Amino acid sequence: MQEWANHLCENRQFGSKMTDSKYFTTTKKGEIFELKAELNSDKKEKKKEAVKKVIASMTVGKDVSALFPDVVNCMQTDNLELKKLVYLYLMNYAKSQPDMAIMAVNTFVKDCEDPNPLIRALAVRTMGCIRVDKITEYLCEPLRKCLKDEDPYVRKTAAVCVAKLHDINAQLVEDQGFLDTLKDLISDSNPMVVANAVAALSEIAESHPNSNLMDLNPQTINKLLTALNECTEWGQIFILDCLANYTPRDDRESQSICERVTPRLSHANSAVVLSAVKVLMKFMEMLPKDLDYYGTLLKKLAPPLVTLLSAEPELQYVALRNINLIVQRRPEILKHEMKVFFVKYNDPIYVKLEKLDIMIRLASQANIAQVLAELKEYATEVDVDFVRKAVRAIGRCAIKVEQSAERCVSTLLDLIQTKVNYVVQEAIVVIKDIFRKYPNKYESVIATLCENLDSLDEPEARAAMIWIVGEYAERIDNADELLESFLEGFHDESTQVQLQLLTAIVKLFLKKPTETQELVQQVLSLATQDSDNPDLRDRGYIYWRLLSTDPVAAKEVVLAEKPLISEETDLIEPTLLEELICHIGTLASVYHKPPSAFVEGSRGVQHKRLPGSAGSGESESPDAGSAGGVSEAPPAVIPSQGDLLGDLLNLDLTPPTATGPPPPSSGMQMGAMDLLGGGLDSLMGDESEPPHIPPRTHTPQSPQLPHQSPSPPDYSPTELGGDLGGSPAMGSGFGGPPAAMPASFSAPVSGGLDDLFDLGGGVGMPMGAYSPPKTIWLPAMKAKGLEILGTFARRAGVIQMEMTLTNKAMSVMSDFAIQFNRNSFGLAPAGPLQVLTPLSPNQSIEVALPLNTVGPIMKMEPLNNLQVAVKNNIDVFYFSCQYPISMLFVEDGTMDRQVFLATWKDIPNDNEAQFQIKDCHLNSDAASNKLQGSNIFTIAKRTVEGQDMLYQSIKLTNGIWVLAELKVQAGNPNFMVSLKCRAPEVSQCVFQSYEAVLKN
Amino acid sequence: MSASAIFVLDLKGKVLICRNYKGDVDMAEIDHFMSLLMQHEEDGLICPVMSHGNVHFMWIKHSNLYLVATTNKNSNASLVYSFLYKLVEVFTEYFKELEEESIQDNFVVVYELLDELMDFGFPQTTDSKILQEYITQEGAKLEVAKSKVPTTVTNAVSWRSEGIKYKKNEVFIDVIESINVLVNANGSVMSSDIVGSIKLKTMLSGMPELRLGLNDRVLFALTGRDKGKTVVMEDVKFHQCVRLSRFESDRTISFIPPDGESELMSYRINTHVKPLIWIESVIEKFSHSRVEIMVKAKGQFKKQSVANNVEVRVPVPSDADSPKFKTSTGHAKYVPEKNLVVWTIKSFPGGKEFLMRAHFGLPSVENEELEGKPPITVKFEIPYFTVSGIQVRYMKIIEKSGYQALPWVRYITQSGDYQLRTNDDAHRLSCDWPACDLSNVCKLLSETVQCGSHRANVFSNADKLSWSGLHLKITGRWKEWDRNLDDTVDPDEPHKAAR
Repeated sequence: MQEWANHLCENRQFGSKMTDSKYFTTTKKGEIFELKAELNSDKKEKKKEAVKKVIASMTVGKDVSALFPDVVNCMQTDNLELKKLVYLYLMNYAKSQPDMAIMAVNTFVKDCEDPNPLIRALAVRTMGCIRVDKITEYLCEPLRKCLKDEDPYVRKTAAVCVAKLHDINAQLVEDQGFLDTLKDLISDSNPMVVANAVAALSEIAESHPNSNLMDLNPQTINKLLTALNECTEWGQIFILDCLANYTPRDDRESQSICERVTPRLSHANSAVVLSAVKVLMKFMEMLPKDLDYYGTLLKKLAPPLVTLLSAEPELQYVALRNINLIVQRRPEILKHEMKVFFVKYNDPIYVKLEKLDIMIRLASQANIAQVLAELKEYATEVDVDFVRKAVRAIGRCAIKVEQSAERCVSTLLDLIQTKVNYVVQEAIVVIKDIFRKYPNKYESVIATLCENLDSLDEPEARAAMIWIVGEYAERIDNADELLESFLEGFHDESTQVQLQLLTAIVKLFLKKPTETQELVQQVLSLATQDSDNPDLRDRGYIYWRLLSTDPVAAKEVVLAEKPLISEETDLIEPTLLEELICHIGTLASVYHKPPSAFVEGSRGVQHKRLPGSAGSGESESPDAGSAGGVSEAPPAVIPSQGDLLGDLLNLDLTPPTATGPPPPSSGMQMGAMDLLGGGLDSLMGDESEPPHIPPRTHTPQSPQLPHQSPSPPDYSPTELGGDLGGSPAMGSGFGGPPAAMPASFSAPVSGGLDDLFDLGGGVGMPMGAYSPPKTIWLPAMKAKGLEILGTFARRAGVIQMEMTLTNKAMSVMSDFAIQFNRNSFGLAPAGPLQVLTPLSPNQSIEVALPLNTVGPIMKMEPLNNLQVAVKNNIDVFYFSCQYPISMLFVEDGTMDRQVFLATWKDIPNDNEAQFQIKDCHLNSDAASNKLQGSNIFTIAKRTVEGQDMLYQSIKLTNGIWVLAELKVQAGNPNFMVSLKCRAPEVSQCVFQSYEAVLKN
Repeated sequence: MSASAIFVLDLKGKVLICRNYKGDVDMAEIDHFMSLLMQHEEDGLICPVMSHGNVHFMWIKHSNLYLVATTNKNSNASLVYSFLYKLVEVFTEYFKELEEESIQDNFVVVYELLDELMDFGFPQTTDSKILQEYITQEGAKLEVAKSKVPTTVTNAVSWRSEGIKYKKNEVFIDVIESINVLVNANGSVMSSDIVGSIKLKTMLSGMPELRLGLNDRVLFALTGRDKGKTVVMEDVKFHQCVRLSRFESDRTISFIPPDGESELMSYRINTHVKPLIWIESVIEKFSHSRVEIMVKAKGQFKKQSVANNVEVRVPVPSDADSPKFKTSTGHAKYVPEKNLVVWTIKSFPGGKEFLMRAHFGLPSVENEELEGKPPITVKFEIPYFTVSGIQVRYMKIIEKSGYQALPWVRYITQSGDYQLRTNDDAHRLSCDWPACDLSNVCKLLSETVQCGSHRANVFSNADKLSWSGLHLKITGRWKEWDRNLDDTVDPDEPHKAAR
């Protein structure tokens, strides 16, 4: 500091510049006193200068906490710059002066109400950074206001502040309901606010892994994907990292998310690209490999990964560490990209070493010549670590690509001829490995190796050489002399060399007993009597006893055939690899260690796993979780007597039977695939060992049904066939007769499966939501020749407006755009209307417009009325249409049984509406299945006097719950529906949907 | 998720300025940084991530500063490095140079920026043009300028402010292609690619909608058009402003541009490029006495083009002395501090061949240290030409006020990472060099003999196009965009009369 200050003083003397640096110059004694006086000055300018001096002192590490009250006194100012400085001071010193920090609270609270949004945001941002308990209490009210502020700049700052507060006092945040407000912000209209809310929630969820905060469902995912297109590069990273934690329900959802994430691969920011790669690598696990899209995705991943190598060196390093993982998981992605990993002279050493590693992983028969030429070039460089690794790499190539072994060995011999000490030693170490892979093939080189015996000074090389001499003692004439020469300095050798020498001499003795008896006695006594190393002593004793009791046995033991070493010794263990793939871009992926290995307090945290692997997923996936929940209390266990309320109460009293096998008729209301995933997985979890799945052969995605004949309608038989064929381990686990299973499990499993077959085979149930046929919304005569037919559909959790635009005019139409009027549920286009080519006369085009429900709200009459404006190059046209309210039924509309019961009782009877559905020829199960396709979930069923009562729940996008009781009597085509809802006005619409769904 | 704190250190490891964002890592931990770094350096294992106990340091170096982020979580490392580089970019745009002095001279603004750039470890607004609207350097202006948050900060268009006005509305488009080549010592091309970059200098009023059309093969395939030469781009990266999903769906490059200069996109083309300037070299080292270097450079591009400011940099041993040069054109200089001979040719027409010969003495006592084998590197620029043949077919500019705007296009090809490995194997004469014929050499070499007493060349950074210099020179050749030429290419705009 002194130096700096002096230097700056000089500057000032020469009058060189008048910059902030002048504030660093006051270092005389009595400075604090002087500053105090200046801080209390009446002149604004002087005050500000004084505060700057204080901050300057703080910056260079001087303690200026004594000035706390004086600085805080300057806080009430309308000068923003001064305010910021005071705030900065507060952040630094409040913790050391908690009592005095209270003095600042009033100003903070006042500033949070300031008309200037910059000041409001600044206040709430700073308050969150003051980690003093007493202050946090006062923070709640201002924070609550700021979370609802009209200015997005304030809201986005407040969102982050919730995470700050949670870090200081988690309980307080929960009690105050801030978490809910934060979740609401995910639906905010401003993408920056959404991004910060996601970041804050992720942060909180990470520190509280069991809080289940980020209950990601298709609807929130859709919101996130929409915001992804609009927010800043950093926001995109937050959202992508959050998406990576989601487990899609099936391959279709997985594909649709992938499709919306792939454009991010073209972002200029490397971090955005890597986060997108993470999402894609993870979700790709769920795609069937024979899907065209799977191949497309693989192809799309390579170019951006290669481009990452043109980034700044540090980012290159992160990219290379991740590519190392990706290459192990999916070698096909980069198999043709060897050249880009060739090392450049000016690459930093850390980049060079990583490139080398990847080169070896990509080495194959096709490119080995090129790789070897490069490696040889590197081996003549000067950087010792790099050269060593290059030599080692040559050895690894020999082991990996058998056809190249000979070439590798001759390259290594060339390198040994250079006589560069460390090159020779490294070469000998790898030649030992080559001998172990290809025994009795390259022994001709031993003579050359022996010539270099004297130059070896590293233990590893010495040990390798001794191993070679011992192993091939019978072919080396002077093996005894060579080994004897090592024996002289036995005690100075490292343990590694000592052990190797001991074994080698014993081998030599077993091969040439006559000449070497003396030698072996010498080494045995050195090892057993003169050594303090227990390992060495033990090994010595074992040999000694073996040799003295049964030399034949000794020969069998010591000269036993050794297993060949495999090429894959350096691969990351498959489960770790899976976990690391989920952490692409993070420190874990750089270290190649799970986060639990280097982050404190993260032990016991659920390890991330790729979706679709056996025994995984249920803890992460909310869907799988609810699948388990359903199987705990299936409709069939409802007693058939007594009134509904009593029944339900009984049900709730029975403890959840998480470990019990699912009763036979489980899971009627769940999607077939969900049931399979959740149900069987949880079964597997009961067993002590999950079935082992070979890491590379196949990524199992619910292939647990090998003997299945009628497949669920989602899957074409060929797809399933492909999957099953590729999964031998699963086949043997489940494909065998039930007897192969533990007895207690076989029954429920097969029961569950049978049920499924009923489900799948019984009714040809439509899995997707019901979508009415297209109707004419805008006739051509009303719109200067533009005709619009349309309907609404809900596909994979996304509401879509599907239209056929027809040009019935004589001229070309273009520049289409669409807008909605405010409507009851805030429906709004999630993107622009994608009519990309102009519409020529008599041409039609199909357009699907994804919608969201975050638009402005106004109650319409009828409720599901939507007023639309469509513009083209000719004019603007208006029309209105009605959407089936079932579009708004969300996927997570299964209400907890107990809640259902309480809610049903709670809603006044006045709100109940009864309807009759005539001429519906379905049995209750089929009806339930059909309704489920449109997200009307049966959560309980009972039968009274031949009449089936289905209790169903529906959740609308705006969080409104509708409870229903559907009465179905066998043989009677007329159904009765009773609907209860806190907002009774929706009942009519809901009823219409019931009717439409059931009758179509 | 990201950084716990950010530090700016000087070369000795002293903290110049820092900001604690999360408070979960002791700020004193930074004291370990320097010793860790030195430890790594000693072991020859420098690494951008280092850890001490539970604390992880992610760092970059810029001029005489270290920028360090600390964390004790499983942070997103790529985000942190991107952010640190962004920090450098923002500070540089604020202070011209980012170095120790500029941090000290502007510590108040640095604090303000650190407060605005990141919150609780989450990067926020990092666009320096937008930041400059509400964080200004001159205190005097503050009162007025800062009273409101620019709506840009939270807009979906976070990179351009409203209300920009220009008298004359123009866009300058620079298409710059850099050639990366790695040639092995035996003359075979190991890898080569083209990294292209399209830079904009936008001087447009209001909120213009721009659409850029290139002769991109995928686009042409999509629209079923087959018209002339097209280019396959292996990978494309876009500025934040480009609508990525639009590009993904129909390959349209549509955007609202940032004001002023920006890099709109970059692309990589993996085709095998013939090295535009081919170098053959013989470096003969006679230990204890001398080094003889002969270099032949050949322009392998069409005759009408000219490569400007060509520099061939040939490595020489660090203990070489008494340099002597002969060149058939241009001039050669010895740059002892870089152990290089730099042969400069101001203007190098296509198809031509030139020679350079250098002679150095070597001390009789051999240098103990092993020296690496640095490659020969080449720098050059070839204006009015792109290797890939990429072309700007159109640039549509639509603004609601309906003004007419002029796009200008300029093409240039330059060297990127252009390396040719040498064979310094003593006495092994390259036999594949026909020009070795001595009489030919003598004929080619002019009388120019230069000595190493010349001052070292200060190399201009050829990566950065100097707009001013080049601009003046070729202004006369600016070609105004001919709007009628390719109008039919644009699929989205059938009736141009509307404009």
